[in-house]
Amino acid sequence: MSRIYTIKNKLVESRLFLNRIIAAFVVILLLTSGLVVRLVYLQIVGHEHYATLAKDNSIKIEPLVPTRGIIYDRHGRVLADNTQSFSLELIPEQISDLNDTLLRLQKLLNISDEKIDQYQKQRKRQKRFVSTPLLISMTDEEIAKFAVVRPYFPGVDIQARLVRHYPYAELTSHVIGYVGRINETEMKSLPLAEYRGSTYVGKIGIESTYETELHGKTGYAEIETNVQARAINTVNSVPPVPGENLYLTLDIDLQKTAYDALGDYNGAVVAIDIKTGGVLVFASRPGFDPNPFVIGIANDAYQALQSSEDQPLYNRALRGLYPPGSTIKPFVGLAGLEYNAINTEHKLFCPGYYQLPNVSHHYRDWKKGGHGSVNMSEAITQSCDVYFYSLASMLGIDRMHSFLKHFGFGEKTGIDLVGEKQGLLPSREWKRSRRNQSWYPGETLITGIGQGYLQVTPMQLAKATATLANKGKVVSPFLVKNSATSNSTAAGEETPSDDITLKPENINSIISAMVNVVHDPHGTAKGINKGLNYQIAGKTGTAQVFNIKQDAKYNENDIDFKLRDHALFISFAPADDPKIAVAVIAENGGHGGSVAAPIAGEVIKQYLKESNNENGNP
Amino acid sequence: MKTETRSEQFHPPSVIGNILRKLHIDIPLFIGLFLISLLSFVILYSAGGQDMDVLMRQGARVGLAFLLMTALAHVNPYQFKRYSAVLFSFGILLLVAVLILGQFGKGAQRWLDLGVFRFQPSEMIKITTPMMIAWYLAEHSLPPKTKQLLIAGILIIIPTLLIAKQPDLGTALLVASSGAAVLFFAGLSWWFILAIATTLAGLTPILWHFMRPYQRDRVLTFLNPEADPLGRGYHIIQSKIAIGSGGIYGKGWLGSTQSELDFLPESSTDFIFAVFAEEFGLFGCVSLLVLYLLIISRCLYIASQAQDTYSRLLASSLAFTFFVYVFVNIGMVIGVLPVVGVPLPLISYGGTSIVTLLAGFGILMSIHTHKKFLPHS
Repeated sequence: MSRIYTIKNKLVESRLFLNRIIAAFVVILLLTSGLVVRLVYLQIVGHEHYATLAKDNSIKIEPLVPTRGIIYDRHGRVLADNTQSFSLELIPEQISDLNDTLLRLQKLLNISDEKIDQYQKQRKRQKRFVSTPLLISMTDEEIAKFAVVRPYFPGVDIQARLVRHYPYAELTSHVIGYVGRINETEMKSLPLAEYRGSTYVGKIGIESTYETELHGKTGYAEIETNVQARAINTVNSVPPVPGENLYLTLDIDLQKTAYDALGDYNGAVVAIDIKTGGVLVFASRPGFDPNPFVIGIANDAYQALQSSEDQPLYNRALRGLYPPGSTIKPFVGLAGLEYNAINTEHKLFCPGYYQLPNVSHHYRDWKKGGHGSVNMSEAITQSCDVYFYSLASMLGIDRMHSFLKHFGFGEKTGIDLVGEKQGLLPSREWKRSRRNQSWYPGETLITGIGQGYLQVTPMQLAKATATLANKGKVVSPFLVKNSATSNSTAAGEETPSDDITLKPENINSIISAMVNVVHDPHGTAKGINKGLNYQIAGKTGTAQVFNIKQDAKYNENDIDFKLRDHALFISFAPADDPKIAVAVIAENGGHGGSVAAPIAGEVIKQYLKESNNENGNP
Repeated sequence: MKTETRSEQFHPPSVIGNILRKLHIDIPLFIGLFLISLLSFVILYSAGGQDMDVLMRQGARVGLAFLLMTALAHVNPYQFKRYSAVLFSFGILLLVAVLILGQFGKGAQRWLDLGVFRFQPSEMIKITTPMMIAWYLAEHSLPPKTKQLLIAGILIIIPTLLIAKQPDLGTALLVASSGAAVLFFAGLSWWFILAIATTLAGLTPILWHFMRPYQRDRVLTFLNPEADPLGRGYHIIQSKIAIGSGGIYGKGWLGSTQSELDFLPESSTDFIFAVFAEEFGLFGCVSLLVLYLLIISRCLYIASQAQDTYSRLLASSLAFTFFVYVFVNIGMVIGVLPVVGVPLPLISYGGTSIVTLLAGFGILMSIHTHKKFLPHS
């Protein structure tokens, strides 16, 4: 490249660059003029308009809180609604000496220090000039007391607010859940704009799962206010969109029957409409009264609930983990038939115990002396443990694991409730990764009778039973009938690939064995077959809480009530055209047949009587 | 060159002037920056609820930023050029590190915690991107050919996407515009600029077609904040009331009612211009804009006087990007641009942006005060 050329090129570059600098400067001037034009428009043309808004009166955007959606049961009975309540509210910016005012109020209305603390915390989170409640749900007496002295309390007033109310209290506490005041953690995760005026948010249960639908959309009003932030005039407003009303699949009468039938036992009852997957009963006993939680439960009351031996805050139906005991047998039996490990004619002699080859340990049958020679149907009817030890040994843990998995054991059922537990379906891999141990043959045996590591929730048990009754077509439980969320999950799970392909003769023989459990004279649940014009299929179960030593004898009268076995029962009816599946767990109930089966029997009888009546009166 | 002699006259023959010159500080630019920083304290005192603590903290940051500016002014521009690629690559590495660390934390991650202090790599990349592009283009003759444009384009897109993923769309667009500014000053043909503008305009409806409904909703709120008065729109409504009520002469210092009554959120940071406009009126606003224009003009002048291609491109793009910051912030506060989190340069409360900006001015001063040979006719 010649020197002359380089210099010439440099000159071209310089000229080009200078042109660009000038162009950029022109662009900058033009854009700045644009800004000035807009400022002139705002500050000269619009000045009068904006000055009136700002000088004496200021526009304040006030959120308009939507009414929370109402929750109904399947027949339209109200499970959660909003009732009017009066609360004592303060606007700190309008009070000259807040501490003095609080002290006087505390003396006048006998307010606890705890409530004052709670108020102080909430006040600090609020925007300025927002009325914050100090007392919620005032009694008539409190209202009267304050009304007399009101002129001495500027900035303090009684406001009518809507408060969530749960008419069925402890009966629905675990399924509906409750709302409570928004706490600091929730404050950060909730959309700020939507919750600007809201005090409550769903904490657990349906109230939490369907928070978005129930809450509705916050509206707003542009309000002219004076310097003391008193409203003068509403300029413009967009009304709030109330929360969606939810219709549950739950039948509150049936729920009450189940809850009452549990009697003094702690436990859970779950019933599912097999045709749809709708949950008819979701009972967890004991429940608790959710209403105090709405207005802020007193600390000692909360401590009492927390420390109670019966654990009323514990959602047994969704989160309780129990060994399924013998209720697993129909599923294991079906696995044996499907894998051709046995056939229906296969007989086995039960001497009252089972031994692995070359091992001295006796795996006991619940019946001393044994059941004698039994086939599959008899083994289910009489709940013979030895038969299932042997079958489990033939199947092995791998096949049992993969078969039971199809029925939803070890996985969440996907019901539309937050906090579901997934239980535990053990496998070789699980034991190796979690416990760093290899799988022992003895563990296969006890898995075959629903003991050992195996753990299920009542909800899982009900789902598995419904799926069995549905002959392998997976039933996905859900609670809310009308919401977009439930529709989408239900649709998502109805993929045909989930369904279990079963040979009809296999499933039919299992079902008829389960019918015998209730209707055969040797059946373990024969007590509930009186006065039926249809058949109930079921299976009893007894889950060990307490490990009995090899040579000791289990005597329920000798041991502490809390260490007694849990009583379980799974069932569906009518056996030839299943409509309802029920799973019952009565903690420390002892025997599935005598304690759990009658509870399920009551639920089934009431439900089928009602649905027959409905069908009879079109 | 007549202009150069005139600029020599600018230096006052005083002791202070001599010291400043020894420090490689450009006096007109320094005076502009100093004035605007003073103004910043005046407004912050009012907007921050007359809190001296706020001023002290900001004072410390501004002091630190001025020190950094002086230090950078001392560095020979040749060194900036030499290390452009290294600094750029380092910045990109930090951005990747932030993204990877962000995978472990929850949500948006922009900071890198260095124990002693927290560092925002996207701030550094605001300067190193134009450095990189200027260095690359200066290696070739101008105007850039298609191949160079393509490579420069890729170099701009990499940091832009990394920052957009944080996600910080506002900063990403600013970084992209600083790179694009270099291309513009390098002589990117007008036809090409027109073609890109048309393509972008043409792509918009196609992009719209592929967006999910919730994404469309977001774009709509972005474009029309008034539709969301409890969220973003709240700021805009209150900000317009504050500015409009200021009128021609304003309500006077400390006279703002909107920020006093807590109607105007973020009054010390992104929306500080609204407080300024309320207190000092149209008169003050125009004066502030003039002050900004003077600083920008001086920077463009420095660029025009620079002696090599790299310095010219870097100086001019830093000047132009500074204007973009001013324009985007004020445009947002007066409601003509969508709400993006960009502070008002040199005035808003907060340290990071001031440090980056003054570092940029340090580079400009370095370019202007390290001439290799004196001009002669």
